[in-house]
Amino acid sequence: MSHQPLIVVEDLAKTFVLHNADRAAIPVFHKLRLEVGAGECVVLAGESGVGKSTLMRAIYGNYLPTSGAVRVLHDGAYVDITQALPHQVIDVRRRTLGYVSQFLRVIPRVSTLQLVMEPLLENGVEPEAARERAETLLDALRLPRAHWELPPATFSGGEQQRVNIARSFIRNYPVMLLDEPTASLDADNRAIVVDLIRQALGQGAAMIGIFHDHDVRDAVATRLFPVAQFKAAA
Amino acid sequence: MNAMPQAIQAAPLLRVSGLTKWYGQIIGCRDVAFELRPGEVLGIVGESGSGKTTLLNCISGRLPPSSGSVEFDTARFGLADIYSLNEPDRRRMQREEWGFVHQNPRDGLRMRASGGANVAEPLMNLGGRHYGKMRQATIDWLERVELDTRRIDHKPRQFSGGMQQRIQVARNLIHGPRLVFMDEPTGGLDVSVQARLLDLLRELVRDLDLAVIIVTHDMAVARLMADRLMVMKGGLVVETGLTDQVLDDPQHPYSQLLVSSVLQI
Repeated sequence: MSHQPLIVVEDLAKTFVLHNADRAAIPVFHKLRLEVGAGECVVLAGESGVGKSTLMRAIYGNYLPTSGAVRVLHDGAYVDITQALPHQVIDVRRRTLGYVSQFLRVIPRVSTLQLVMEPLLENGVEPEAARERAETLLDALRLPRAHWELPPATFSGGEQQRVNIARSFIRNYPVMLLDEPTASLDADNRAIVVDLIRQALGQGAAMIGIFHDHDVRDAVATRLFPVAQFKAAA
Repeated sequence: MNAMPQAIQAAPLLRVSGLTKWYGQIIGCRDVAFELRPGEVLGIVGESGSGKTTLLNCISGRLPPSSGSVEFDTARFGLADIYSLNEPDRRRMQREEWGFVHQNPRDGLRMRASGGANVAEPLMNLGGRHYGKMRQATIDWLERVELDTRRIDHKPRQFSGGMQQRIQVARNLIHGPRLVFMDEPTGGLDVSVQARLLDLLRELVRDLDLAVIIVTHDMAVARLMADRLMVMKGGLVVETGLTDQVLDDPQHPYSQLLVSSVLQI
């Protein structure tokens, strides 16, 4: 296996400017550097408000950094997410960069099974194979079979979270961003998610995570990354 | 010799440059430039009066711009400025390769012809002669947009607003266009009807790998449909980017206002 890092964050800075509040500037971090290699799970540490989620979103291309670069190894070459065109970012997200958030974005009328299969279908996997894998995961996460054909809009928080986990782990993304994936799960389901994370790491995924649950954090972290050391002055 | 630039390797489906439209002294849209790739969905957002409909009409060949160009990768002439084609050629290209879904179904349907005839008409216009095949294609498309095929002979007026809009969608997709323009396609509909139509559009766009330019003032519609957004204000494009980036971390004062004005439920 090559020792090239899968993610390289270079001198990243983010300051929010709120134009409709007297152009208030809210600096979050600056000169932030981070590299993550295959099999590593870097857990972002620090108080709430220190910028952990902002960093995750900047790496995903969801927030626009003020300066710096986020390079993701995609098809053997680095793509700078902060500079890439929209269609390139979409391609990196579809094939390389997975994101597990706390919240499931529910699409009206789309069934749970369909939602979970989607990432495989988008990557050209045959529907039968995708369905089989989706069923295995939903069973492992103990989501009642009676729910599978329903859209998850009316499910409980924990159930939606499990649908989200199944959807995110159905294919092996080389790079995964985990934003509190276990937030509303009970102990048994947390243990299942820890297993999924460890399996993916064993297969060479590079991960960056936020976990408030210390048991989960200790079970998956290969190192901690204190975001506060890059705090930008207000 | 340098390597070929990337832009040439991946030829755009549509290239808009320096597009400007004046209405006398009043600006419609100004100096708009972008490229669209096959299968890409571009959302144009902004309030009424921002110039988004003017821009859509200029791009779709319905309103000649004051200056600038709209180049499309035509089947017969390759990449060509649509306003440099003669009118018959341009109209033929529009019929063969484009679709246009209006906000008001009355603007996009023939109200005196049956629903089925409305859906079949593009095939006839393109020289379809085999009645049985066209009827079958029409039935297939009515099913695809979830309409009761037993109502194939009913007039549009006999359908609800949401159903009329689905007839319009079928009429604009039956001939296999590569680029479809949509002007507030869910505008006048009830919320539940809107959700169903959006979901249907989303599926069709993905299954047919359509390129779409959709104008909307509704940020939820933009998020669900578009890969990337252009935010317009006063005829100018003030911000562009990946849809979720523009909506979750807007940069321009006007985009910030637009996004923060959306009511949460």
